Amino acid sequence: MKKLLVVVLIGAAAVVVSAQGIVTRDLLHKPLADSWPTYSGDYSGKRYSTLAQINQSNIKTMTLAWTRRMVAGPPPSAPRAPGEAPVITGGEGDVVFGGATQVKGSILAVNGVLYVTAPDNVWALDANDGHLLWRYFWKTKGGTHIGNRGAGIWNDYLFFVTPDNYLISLDAKTGTERWHKELASFQQQYFHTMAPIVIENHVLVGSSNDLDMPGFLQVFEPETGALQWKWYATPQKAGDAGLDTWKSLDAAIHGGGHPWVPGSYDPETRLYIMGTGNPTPAYTSAPRGEGMANLFTCALVAVNIDTGKMVWYYQTSPHDTHDWDSAQTPVLIDGEFKGRPRKMVITAARNGYFFAVDRVTGEHLVTSKFSESANWAQPQLNAKGQPVRIPEKDFHIGGALVSAANQGAANWPPPSFSPQTGLFYVPTTETYAMYYLTEPDPRGALGLGGKDERSVGTVGSYLSAIDYQTGKTVWRHKYRTTANTGLTAGLLTTAGRLLFAGDVSGNFVAYDPTNGTPLWHTQLGANTSNAPETYMVDGKQYVLVAAGDTLYAFTIF
Amino acid sequence: MSARPFALIAVTLVVFWSAATVSTQEPGGFVAYPQRSPGDPAAIERGKGLYGANCVFCHGADARGGDGGGPNLTRSTLVLEDQKGERLAPVIREGRGSMPRFQLTDAQIADIAEFLHSFPVSSRSGPSTINIVVGDAKKGEAYVAVTCARCHTTAALKTFATKLPDPKMLQQMWLMPGNPGGRGGAAPIPAPPITVTVTLASGKTFTGELSRVDDFTVSLKQADGTHRTFRTEAAGIKVDIHDPLTPHKELLRLYSDADIHNVTAYLVSLRSQS
Repeated sequence: MKKLLVVVLIGAAAVVVSAQGIVTRDLLHKPLADSWPTYSGDYSGKRYSTLAQINQSNIKTMTLAWTRRMVAGPPPSAPRAPGEAPVITGGEGDVVFGGATQVKGSILAVNGVLYVTAPDNVWALDANDGHLLWRYFWKTKGGTHIGNRGAGIWNDYLFFVTPDNYLISLDAKTGTERWHKELASFQQQYFHTMAPIVIENHVLVGSSNDLDMPGFLQVFEPETGALQWKWYATPQKAGDAGLDTWKSLDAAIHGGGHPWVPGSYDPETRLYIMGTGNPTPAYTSAPRGEGMANLFTCALVAVNIDTGKMVWYYQTSPHDTHDWDSAQTPVLIDGEFKGRPRKMVITAARNGYFFAVDRVTGEHLVTSKFSESANWAQPQLNAKGQPVRIPEKDFHIGGALVSAANQGAANWPPPSFSPQTGLFYVPTTETYAMYYLTEPDPRGALGLGGKDERSVGTVGSYLSAIDYQTGKTVWRHKYRTTANTGLTAGLLTTAGRLLFAGDVSGNFVAYDPTNGTPLWHTQLGANTSNAPETYMVDGKQYVLVAAGDTLYAFTIF
Repeated sequence: MSARPFALIAVTLVVFWSAATVSTQEPGGFVAYPQRSPGDPAAIERGKGLYGANCVFCHGADARGGDGGGPNLTRSTLVLEDQKGERLAPVIREGRGSMPRFQLTDAQIADIAEFLHSFPVSSRSGPSTINIVVGDAKKGEAYVAVTCARCHTTAALKTFATKLPDPKMLQQMWLMPGNPGGRGGAAPIPAPPITVTVTLASGKTFTGELSRVDDFTVSLKQADGTHRTFRTEAAGIKVDIHDPLTPHKELLRLYSDADIHNVTAYLVSLRSQS
């Protein structure tokens, strides 16, 4: 069983950290266990926890420990009752966001405290029973309130970003604001959603924008918020690498590529590996140069954490034309490939293709199609292993029938990799849409404009298990439904030989990771909206998931 | 970038600035990026004249780029960050790259700025009036005879096409009946119901209209209106779902875009046939 030779990326456990209120380098470098101190739990992006108190033999007895509804928005006008948790406010905006509260990010679990986020809001909860310790509310100027992917933590400092482009640092114990810093221009319609990633004394934040502005990763000093370096996803001046893959410098400067999903980090090579966003304008691509690759958009990119310089890249979607970014979580695994050990990065891209790349050199290893319905590319890959776009499937005046719809075959909902099975698990959705060209002017439209995308429907939502060595889907569980489903939420695997997932019908389910057999399930009444996580506090393991504005924690009593 | 299937569904298009561009407004009246306040009409008019005389060849009458190869100014960071010409003035007076110098006063540059700021800025497009009927009705008729006539009579297709005057809606609704295309609102013609037969281990069967199904339960409405739900994990339970749209779903893998355009052209032509 060669798959059993797969080892956990980060080897022997470092010294156990118990000091109250301190998140040390050791904690962030440990295999994922009691705590959940960063976006993916650890730096590898595997979302595989070594906790096994809850396992296949006792999962049938797992039950609800607590549930809490997250209340967002301005603090109540009534005076605070004795014992009521404080709401700390910041920000100078006066715009009211009336949308529903949705927890779509990772929840940090550190020293018995959970840190939960939604746009403009951070909640600190007791990990034992979910009771509120404090809440921070940011008064917004506006910006795209699509979601917030979580907080980052460094010692006693919490970091999160806002839709109106601020990086905010809070005292993790009290929620008191330490400082806030503007990340990008509101006038240029930037917004920020990413969970800041803390690596040693670096706080990493990627940008978001729909208006043809360049994407970048900014890195800050955690004590003061001073900018350490900034990496642009597209060429910004004459002589920059990749400029020959754009029609003009102006096109490259407006080329997008936003790395809006947290990347992974390899301490051995000191490489931060991220997926970059789609090129812009997203659909009317002629101004970018017909058929030109538009580097370094839609690519896996490795940047040295100390220098901010790109070490390698591999483009997973050259000249994307459907707003299918490749920002999806890159997962770092050490395993056997063609008979010898390899350090790899694997990803399932929004365009429907799976990729494995050598994460030290950037050498391409595997490409496979994990979405059967994807019809936008030629049957044959090119010499670099990249899918080759069919231009007729961009759009048509009379409509082009394309799979996938804009949401893609996969998206930000986190995948998971279990070293126990050697399988990579990906939430997969197969959809079709008609893409109508509405801006025939060759100068194109701005941003996401120039097309009218009309849904034709979902033909299948799946939990896919992929063998990284071949890229083949070993099994996939089709969720039984007759509904047109949206995104399928994220995943978790544990050493208890369990795979946790929310399905598309409001069920939260534990599967056997070897074959997708459901072992336990409960009906939450709403689809899970983030990826499940697990933590241990006072000797008891909990499984935690959000469905909309409500958290559910399960345990075995 | 954009993750945003949720946003694309949730965002409703509210303020129409022109046929081409819209502001986006989310539930609760929230506007992510408000447009600038309308400027002084007289200044805009003066600015338009100055722009036409000095800028239009390179940047285009709509400021999206012109024959002279100048960049699209509606997405220019300089223009987006500018308030009253203060950011534009140095570039206009000193030139940049292949752009020559222009001798214009502060007041004239302020007027040009007012004109440029009158263009709405949005990453989304508004509704389109382009005719999407581009197919060949004759070829569409032949395709329908081979593929669709198994289930649909010409008379029924004519009735269907007549009920849906908007060709885009017609095309969406024949591709996937009951799905109006994800733009909100109910389908103008509902899809036929999905039916289900549940057979228990005892052999007893229940048949009705499918209300809901997932991996663990199935719910149906029986002919007498009563509602039944069954847990489907128990051994021996059999669930047979009959979805009348199954052929439509299977055909999605087989159509060429030309087939789709031709069928729509044929359906449109049926409306005027006697």
